[in-house]
Amino acid sequence: MADQTLDAKGLNCPLPILKAKKALMALPPGGTLEVLATDPGAVKDFAAFSRTTGHELIEQTTEGNVFRFVLRRKA
Amino acid sequence: MADASGTKSMSIIVTKGSLDWAYPPFILSTTAAAMGLNVTLFFTFYGLSLLLKNLDLKMTPLGNPAMKMPMMGGHMGMPNFMSMIPGVDAGATVMMQNMMKKKGVASIPELRSLALESEVRMIACQMTMDLFEYTLDDMIPGIELGGAATYIEVATQSEINLFI
Repeated sequence: MADQTLDAKGLNCPLPILKAKKALMALPPGGTLEVLATDPGAVKDFAAFSRTTGHELIEQTTEGNVFRFVLRRKA
Repeated sequence: MADASGTKSMSIIVTKGSLDWAYPPFILSTTAAAMGLNVTLFFTFYGLSLLLKNLDLKMTPLGNPAMKMPMMGGHMGMPNFMSMIPGVDAGATVMMQNMMKKKGVASIPELRSLALESEVRMIACQMTMDLFEYTLDDMIPGIELGGAATYIEVATQSEINLFI
């Protein structure tokens, strides 16, 4: 279970990333954030966000049209 | 280039001020800032209107054959003469705004606030401010004035430099 959940369903690029970053920075280092999104572009974008920032993408699943990501804030 | 802490930088020259063209600079700058980059936007000519306190962004299909709006299951362009008819551009603007709202696309005021919040540096070109007779009072707080040399200095220190 992630420490915090962000519902970004219905939001389009770049809002899921911007809101996720904000929510992530509100967590302590090592804290985990679950993001729910419906923007299909988010799949590639969260992977790129994670590679560039070092906030680890520890889970990515799809359920119907909802994409679920779990990020861990960089220590 | 990346500074002592390894932070990378991006700059964008923003030259356009219509509703559609307002998106790329604000989307890229907010996203780059979220990804840890130092970002500078240099607003010149019509790009200056994106810094006005009273944003009144409009768009026109005039001279834009690629602007085809989704309509009745297809896509419809608009012949140039249509833009001469009063109200057509205003209608196209409202149509675009509604479409964006429906698709969960952020508004420009929202993206602009997010950019300021994430410390995107915004420089208004002094020469075009003078040319179009704008003062800092017309613009949102938190921006600065600068010229070509100011921008070039930023560009020499940035990995990514874009012109929009």
